[in-house]
Order: sequence, then structure tokens, then C-alpha cells
Amino acid sequence: MTGEPLLPQAADAPGPRTAAPPPSLGRRMVRHYLSRVLFVVAMGLVLAFFALPMLWLVTAPFDADPSLTVGWPDWTLANFARIAENRYALGSLRNSLVLGLGTMALVLTLGSLAAYALSRVRIPGRDGLLYALLLLSSIVTGTAAMVPTFQLITQIGLINTQIGVILVLAGGVLPTVIFILKDFMDSIPKSYEESARLYGASPLQILTHVVVPTARPGLAFVAVWTVVQVWGNFLVPFLLLRTPESQPAAVLMYTFYTEGGQPDLRLLSAFSLVFSVPVIAMYFLVNRRYGFRFHGGIKS
Amino acid sequence: MSAIDAAAGPRLRRRGRRADDVAGLGRVRAGVFVAPALALIGLFLVFPAVWTIYLGMTNYRLTGLAAANPEFVGLDNFASALTDDAFWHSLWLTLIFVLVSGVIGQTLLGFSIAWALRHVRGWAKSVIETLVLAAWVVPASVASFLWLALLDRRTGTLNALLGTEGTAWLIEYPMVSIIVFNVWVGTAFSMLLFSSALAAVPPSQMESARMVGAGSWQQLRDVVLPNIRGHILTNTLLITLWTFNTFTPYLLTAGGPRDESSILAVYIYTTAIPGGQLGMGAAISLIMLGINLVIALGYLRVARAASGGSK
Repeated sequence: MTGEPLLPQAADAPGPRTAAPPPSLGRRMVRHYLSRVLFVVAMGLVLAFFALPMLWLVTAPFDADPSLTVGWPDWTLANFARIAENRYALGSLRNSLVLGLGTMALVLTLGSLAAYALSRVRIPGRDGLLYALLLLSSIVTGTAAMVPTFQLITQIGLINTQIGVILVLAGGVLPTVIFILKDFMDSIPKSYEESARLYGASPLQILTHVVVPTARPGLAFVAVWTVVQVWGNFLVPFLLLRTPESQPAAVLMYTFYTEGGQPDLRLLSAFSLVFSVPVIAMYFLVNRRYGFRFHGGIKS
Repeated sequence: MSAIDAAAGPRLRRRGRRADDVAGLGRVRAGVFVAPALALIGLFLVFPAVWTIYLGMTNYRLTGLAAANPEFVGLDNFASALTDDAFWHSLWLTLIFVLVSGVIGQTLLGFSIAWALRHVRGWAKSVIETLVLAAWVVPASVASFLWLALLDRRTGTLNALLGTEGTAWLIEYPMVSIIVFNVWVGTAFSMLLFSSALAAVPPSQMESARMVGAGSWQQLRDVVLPNIRGHILTNTLLITLWTFNTFTPYLLTAGGPRDESSILAVYIYTTAIPGGQLGMGAAISLIMLGINLVIALGYLRVARAASGGSK
């Protein structure tokens, strides 16, 4: 990559090249402009590479007659009405919401209980446990474990149910959630809990009345993070939900363009925008408020 | 000295423990708090992984006789996977996919963007960063349709721009397509990681390098790279793990045409679910879990060494 041209350089470093006369002012100017131009061209290419596929997502939904080619739209909002007309579209968005919120509720409850206990009590083997959890969550991915997961959910009769998907997704993200939350709880001062205890509060009361309110930023971060993870997840619901009524938007979107001949581009474009906007908004919100952090990776 | 330590040790530690447990949970109740989470993880994360070992040794099928009465076949599945050309072909494609799209593509492009934009301020920087991030955040099924539209044979934007009407990119160049697609999707992570790493390089070192007349390239090699070595390792291992485990290329090519883009994740799916050979699929999954284990252990070692070194 051509970086920034340097400030006026000192004389050339001594070496075999010093025999050549130092470059004249004009030559240096040319080199300066040349690297400037190269820099702009390279950034332009990067911009084009990332923008080109994205353009369709922002133009086609508003085009009265969208095609696969990106073009200036013939403005309309009528495409969005198609979503309501489709038999499964609204239901799938609702399913996505159920999966996202369900997983979030389960993970937040179990995760904060566990993280709090692990943060405040030295359970024997705690460090080993945390290490093992971290290792597990990075090894047993949805992809590597799809066969046994499918088999397990079939055997316990939860195939084609939202609860089956929620349990599998929750099991997958819980280790990371416990890790993040324990980090947050470790940083909460203990004096509040001490005084609450002096006044005779029970551990559960301390947790709900003292710890949860003080850990709110951490809980909010985990909540949004979990919803973003679940909202876009394709593989788990694709494996475990086989009827169109039960499928979330991620899977229905795929059937829109793979099943039944020519896809309905008006529906497809409007639907993909409506489906994408919530996660994009949530993601940028989290990024702005909490910055970019490393907790074994923000996304999958 | 050591005698005093030994005497003070237990007492200090016990006081430390009591001061830790300010809510008076005690070990038993702490165990009760942790148990539900562990049960869920155990049932839906650990158990499937362990069960893979057993399933891989059966001739389990999705339908038919072997679905009702699976037989124990020992290591047969592994033997037939390891002698099957389709498996090795898939493993080879996965290696290319991980190396070219993850290790080389995402890492180099992400680093280059971070490096190029490190002194740029204002709208140009935020436009590029936002677009790169958006590609990462958009749900996988939307991202793949955007690429299907871009690469479409008849009315795709790419063919219109390049004047290559009628080129079916996904059929003629399936591996190139999913590699470029994966670079597009995943570069954001490397870009974010490297821009925070570059911001942490001590400016004084850059300054002195500049004083002795080091060019951009020399600064990069002699000052920047040694400083961010830990980040490069972290990035490479995580990207390797994620790229190895991604299922998204399935949405673009479904492994086809024939098996030309059937990376391991897709190969397991097509073998086990549409193909119905659950036992065989489990055997290949176990191989995949083993590879994941090696990568993750490497990652944790690096992470530990890095945090131990900074303290």
C-alpha cells in the first residue's frame, strides 16, 4: 500500500545508492503527486468493492420495477406493501423477533446468575472452568456440530419448534456471555453489596436490587449482542425449522430466491431492507456506545 | 522469608475470599447460581460434541431401515471418509478457501485499509469504514443475495460494468466467487483490530524512525510490525477458525456446480441432511471438531502469552 508521503526527508540513507545524485525538487514533486494519486485510486477501488453489492440494497427497494441491475430508481414505496401481502413474510419477522428475544432472555438470566457467582465466590476449579468454556464455545460451532444437534433436537421432539432453536442458540452463546458479564461484574465495587448485606438483604435481593442496576451497561451490551447474533443466524433455524410458518426471516429470505422460479424482486428487495435495518442500527448503536471490544469476537 | 509467607498465606487468602464474597452467597448457593447455565451448556453444546464420537461410529441414516435401527460400525465411517476422494477434495477446497480468503485476503485488505486510513480524518474515512462494517453486519442471507444479484449471468451489475454479458461467474468460477465474497463479508474484523493496534504503536518510536530517514515501508517493517505481532497472530487464528467454520458460501453456490465449491462445512451438510447419511456426516464433523480444537488451543496459547507478557 502506498502510505502517506513523508515529511521533507533527510538526505538519503547512506548505502550503495548514494552514488546517484539526490533527486531534484521536481522529481520529488512528481513522486509526491504520483503516490498521492495512487493512494486515492486504491481507496477508490476499496470503496467501489464494498459499495457495489450494497447499492442494490438501497436502490431496488424503492424502485417501481426493480431488476438485478443497480440503477437510479423510479421512486416508490409500494414495494413495502408486498411484505404485508406475502403469506409468510410478516410471520417470519415475528419469528425472528421471538427467537432473538427468547434467546436473549434465557441467556441474560442464566448468564448473569452464573457470572455473578463466578465473580464473587471462589468456586473450586473456577479458572479451569472458565478456560474450558472459552475453548468449547470456539470449537463446537454450529457448523461442526450440526449433525448431533439435529439428531438431539429430533430425539427430544423439539424439531420444528422455536424453543428447540432457542435452546441450541442459547447453549452456543452462553459461554461468551458468561465471560463478558463476569468481566463487567468484576469491575463493580463491592461496597454496595456489603452495605445491602448489613441491612439484611438476601443474596437474591442483593442480585436483583443492587448488582443488576449497577451492571446495566454490561447487561445492555450482552442483550444487544445476543439479538444481533440470533437475528442473522441462518444455519441453526435452517436445520431445525422445516415448515415455512415457523421459519425466521433469515431462512425465509433464502427460500424467496431459491424456490419457485423467478424471484419476486419487489418483495425480495423490500424484505431484505426491512430485515437488515434493525441489526445495522443496533450494531452501530453498540459500536458507538461501547466501542469495539474483544470478547472472543463480536460476531460469530 | 518463605516461612513467613507460608504462615501468612492461608490466612490472607481466607480473608481475601471472605472479602470477595460480599453478598454472603457461600459455595453452595454459588453452585446453585451456576448450575442452570452449566446444564444448558452441557446439554446443547458439550453433549452434541461428545455424541459426535458415538454417532460417527454408527450407520445412522435419516430415513429407511438404518434410521430405526442404527448399527454400530466402529471406525468404518472414518475409514471410508479417509479413502473417499470427495472428502479430500473438500478438505483441499477448504484449505484454499481459508488461506486465500481468510488468512491472505481479509487480513491483508483489513490491514491495508487500517494502515492507509490511520492519518486520514473526516468523511472519507467514515464512509469507507461504515461500508466495510455494513458488509459484515448485514445478515448472511441478505449479503448472499446481494452477491447473487451482482454476479447474475443475464442482468447482473458486474457483467454490465465489465461488458462481459453472459458470464456465469458462480458456475464458471465458483471458488473465486465464494473467496471474493468472503473477503467482502469478513474484512471488517481485521480492519477494526488493526486500526486499534496501529493506534497503540508508540508515536515516539515512529518519530525516531522518521528522524533517521526511514521510508514508509521501512517504518512498517521495523517499527510497526514488531509492535503488533501479537495482534497479527490473534487475527490470523480467529480468522482461520471463523473462515473454516462459515456456512455462508452454501447460500451462494450450495457447493456446486457439482462439488466444485463444496468446502467442508457444506460437504458435511450435504452428506448428512439432504444425503441422509447422518453417521457419515458425524464422522466428518468429528474431524472438523478436531481441527477446530487445534486452532483454538493455538489461539488460547497466544492470548495467554500476550496477557501474561503485558502484565
